Amino acid sequence: MQRIGVFVCWCGSNIAATVDVDAVVEAVKNEPGVCHAQNYQYMCSEAGQGLIKNAIKEHNLTGIVVCSCSPRMHEATFRKTAEQAGLNPYMVEIANIREHCSWIHKDKKEATEKAVILARAAIAKVNLNTPLRPGESMVTKRALVIGGGIAGIQSALDIADAGYPVDIVEKSPTIGGKMAQLDKTFPTLDCAACILTPKMVEAAQHPNINIYSYSEVEAVTGFVGNFDVKIKKKARFVDEKKCTGCAVCTAKCPSRKGGNEFNCNLDNRGAIYIPFAQAVPNVACIDSTRCIHFKTGKCGICEKSCSAGAVNFDQKDEIIEQKYGAIVVATGFQISDVTKFDEFQYTKHPDVITSLELERIMNAAGPTKGTLLRMSNKEHPKDIVFIQCVGSRGNTCRDKTYCSKICCMYTAKHAMLIREKYPDVNVHVFYIDVRTPGKNFDEFYRRAVEQYNVDYIKGMVGKVWENEEGRLTVQGVDLLSNRRIMLDTDMVVLAAAIEPSEGVRNIATMLTASIDTNDFLTEAHPKLRPVESPTAGVFLSGVCQGPKDIPETVSQAGAAAVKVVGLLAKDKLVTSPCTANANELMCNGCSTCERVCPYGAIDYIDKEVNDHGKREVRRIARVNSALCHGCGACTVACPSGAMDLQGFSNRQIMAEVDAICK
Amino acid sequence: MQVSENTENKEFKPLIVAFCCNWCSYAGADLAGTSRLSYPAEVKIIRVPCSCRVNPMFILKAFEKGADGVIMCGCHPGDCHYSTGNYYARRRMTLLFSMLDYLGIDRARTRVEWVSAAEGQKFSLVMNDFAKTVTELGENIKLGDLRCKKQQD
Amino acid sequence: MQKTAGLIKKRVLELLADGTVTKVLGWKEGDFIYDVTPASFLSAQEADGLVYSSFCGANLSKYLISECKALTEGKILALLKPCDTYSFNQLLTEHRIDRDKVYVIGVGCKGMLDIEKIKAMGIKGITKVIDNGKELDIKTIYGSKTCKREDALLEKCLCCKSKNFKAFDEIIDPEPETKEEKADRFAKVSELEAMTAEERYAFWQEQLSKCIRCNACRNVCPACSCMKCVFDNPVSGVSSKANTDSFEEKMFHIIRAFHVAGRCTDCGECSRVCPQNIPLHLLNRKFIKDINELYGEYQAGEEVGSRAPLADFTFDDAEPSVVNERGNS
Repeated sequence: MQRIGVFVCWCGSNIAATVDVDAVVEAVKNEPGVCHAQNYQYMCSEAGQGLIKNAIKEHNLTGIVVCSCSPRMHEATFRKTAEQAGLNPYMVEIANIREHCSWIHKDKKEATEKAVILARAAIAKVNLNTPLRPGESMVTKRALVIGGGIAGIQSALDIADAGYPVDIVEKSPTIGGKMAQLDKTFPTLDCAACILTPKMVEAAQHPNINIYSYSEVEAVTGFVGNFDVKIKKKARFVDEKKCTGCAVCTAKCPSRKGGNEFNCNLDNRGAIYIPFAQAVPNVACIDSTRCIHFKTGKCGICEKSCSAGAVNFDQKDEIIEQKYGAIVVATGFQISDVTKFDEFQYTKHPDVITSLELERIMNAAGPTKGTLLRMSNKEHPKDIVFIQCVGSRGNTCRDKTYCSKICCMYTAKHAMLIREKYPDVNVHVFYIDVRTPGKNFDEFYRRAVEQYNVDYIKGMVGKVWENEEGRLTVQGVDLLSNRRIMLDTDMVVLAAAIEPSEGVRNIATMLTASIDTNDFLTEAHPKLRPVESPTAGVFLSGVCQGPKDIPETVSQAGAAAVKVVGLLAKDKLVTSPCTANANELMCNGCSTCERVCPYGAIDYIDKEVNDHGKREVRRIARVNSALCHGCGACTVACPSGAMDLQGFSNRQIMAEVDAICK
Repeated sequence: MQVSENTENKEFKPLIVAFCCNWCSYAGADLAGTSRLSYPAEVKIIRVPCSCRVNPMFILKAFEKGADGVIMCGCHPGDCHYSTGNYYARRRMTLLFSMLDYLGIDRARTRVEWVSAAEGQKFSLVMNDFAKTVTELGENIKLGDLRCKKQQD
Repeated sequence: MQKTAGLIKKRVLELLADGTVTKVLGWKEGDFIYDVTPASFLSAQEADGLVYSSFCGANLSKYLISECKALTEGKILALLKPCDTYSFNQLLTEHRIDRDKVYVIGVGCKGMLDIEKIKAMGIKGITKVIDNGKELDIKTIYGSKTCKREDALLEKCLCCKSKNFKAFDEIIDPEPETKEEKADRFAKVSELEAMTAEERYAFWQEQLSKCIRCNACRNVCPACSCMKCVFDNPVSGVSSKANTDSFEEKMFHIIRAFHVAGRCTDCGECSRVCPQNIPLHLLNRKFIKDINELYGEYQAGEEVGSRAPLADFTFDDAEPSVVNERGNS
């Protein structure tokens, strides 16, 4: 039999005004196991905790029930109190008589009755509590960053600077991500490459950073502090150690029909290529789907032209297995599919482009060498129409419901840059709202309107078509003057919605990190834990968590890095003892529990058991308590009741139900 | 089987057990409390780590003991703290509640609601509505009497 | 039937003789011709008592759990009717038996007879039953009687799952798949569903009050194969052994039905063996019907290793409120 103490908190008047705390003490005094009951003004105060500690010692208590606020608030506090008095912290149960009682009920009699019942349920449970001991797990002092864009690079640099080794896994042949494709950045208009490439180089040269480019995460098992990750290093058919990045092969490659992804397929690249001049690593890569050698067995020009002898057609995919203590997801974004918006003629007319395509056209390393030209006839445009919110903020199946956040600013940037460089070009912008909060952002937008005379039109575009002159006609509405407008233009630029990168769902599944309906990774708390995933040891950096611009991405990347460093700085982690546990004598070894476990925490072993003197070898379930998170899915799936959850056992919950339904 | 008359219904206070998952619904209930959004005192909450921890036996126990309604709340599908727990719970509860209905426990006496930690208002609304429904149904049959026909006679 | 029995016996003797199997699981005749019970045979001599008749309804697969454990050499031969092979597969899925230790002979089946149904027709003192396909010629000590074969079939045979074997090492005398329309196995479930909650409660109260807790249903059920049943396990919170309340006693059938939900092959053994004739299969079939309607057709034991519906989900599963919505439609 337990010796239970019940402590009823007044919480000042928060509880005591609606619950007759004396009556509660009186009512629970004679409950089975209770040998001490009292109330106090603030149980969580020093004095209140002291009172509990004294009572534990004085009455030799084996378990305590605190009737107070939500366990989510002070369970940890009272567990610590119990521990300080020599009691196992898991011998504490909380009856939530504030949030679930005094704060929502007005009638004192009713609230008091309910408080007594909640207290009884907690007493019934604590009667069946057993001392539990948390486990410990080691921390592998190495971090993995998935994604090598500005978010991943920044997180990796910050972790590496703190002294911990970091691996960056980037699926494309170079790090740099979307930022590398940008021409200028708002609101300062400095060139993206000028600020990004030094960071890329720094990452490449950092003694604590190792970059796996052209690689993907294949599998993740394990848990916080102890992730086992398989990384597939895809064959690039070029020896990274030998290649000097001279780019002779890329110029000589005769297979030139395929699009150049870096330039949004506005021009072509060879089958062997270096994505861009400042690529890191600056190593060529053969696209085997386009390479003549892989198709016909002939050619081999690159191999012959390479003075370093780096080309190796026999290179195979390689699987690297590595242990990590923490994982940062920095998988970024992609431009959503605008082909769904047929009314804008994107698929039909080369002069209808996305904003990212415009970035490439404006960039000196782009398909037009930085000259603003119409893609249809390579002529200088006279009029440009920008259409905002293409695929954002909508409620049809084509749209994202969210605001992509960066489009207002980059459109203002584009408009301004065009007007600056080509004052003869008329720029019109159709918008729903202009959203430019942020330091120096609204000023930036106003400069576009006031200083550069960009024509902002509040309203949406209905359709775009090619007119008789071979130019484009844009039909839209001006909501402010409430009239339909028709504009003849040379180019239409779509501010397409951004969406999480393809494959992020797959990565989230591997990490058991949750994902929202838009495939953005969910944070542990939207306000208080914005860079942590609810899955311990997984952190979020950049747009994979939600749309954001470069400064926001960089600050979040840094924040994620701090969380990683905080974790890696620990030598050991304490694991919750509230995990599942299989009773060997009752387990059937039927594998049902294994199927429902989201963490792969259950496996089966053939073990000799002693069933009341009968010794036999049985297939039985074994829970890895370091992997188990204590959800309890297995306990209900188990037909024999062999699987139970410590801290929330079948008998404990049954006892609570019993106490409530008395 | 509903013994109470309408006149008695005014006095009738149902016994309602609510199973709430620790991460979403229990926190949602806490938020309802913090926001002072009231719901009837007849609702008694039992905390479980996840909706997938709710063993049908707990619910049978409640009905056996004479509960008038049982409601299970968990994170919205897709938002489970343990990523998949509520999907299993959803199937289990669907089948269990269908079975209880088949055995004669009025289907309005069982309910599943997904309540997030941010939905204090929803928690309160749900509990008010459920309590109202169950109150209108009156006192429940006792599932425990399913096997006691002779003793009743 | 006579012919099949002969072929089976011949083959059993061969397999025993060449050492392929060391033990045979089959049926033997009791005091009466309809009184056929499961039995094991260790030698050719013992196998003389092996029978295969229209009263071999019993599903032998569950015995394989203990037989596999006890087996030290050779294999055990199990005679399985098509429907029994589903239970066999389900046990394999749950790692309860070892496929390598079993030699399965699939035996053709035309549907098995329910002696209770024959007796209920007022036919007593039965000495012999001659199966003419459509009709039964029943010899009794009071003379000959006849009845339609389908009127005397076991409940499970009225809606025979299949004549095909889902697991076997060899097959003896298979039957072609029946062409005639099978009875709707959910007819009674639908009928109950159409009643009011009060009527359903009354129905089940009437039925379940008959239970004497003899555990025959639990002992025969191939899905109830736990090492130790929750009802016998004091820490499960269900067992009433160490408890004064009778939760277990009252909730036995409901908990049992839930435990086998998604795993029950609808073999009908629970109802067949119930001495009080409680239609326990109606509980299992309710779960099966719901599972089929909500999550897609699923037959436990159809294939080894399939994921039971309750250990599975899809992102867009029906919401539990479907229970209410169906009721209102």
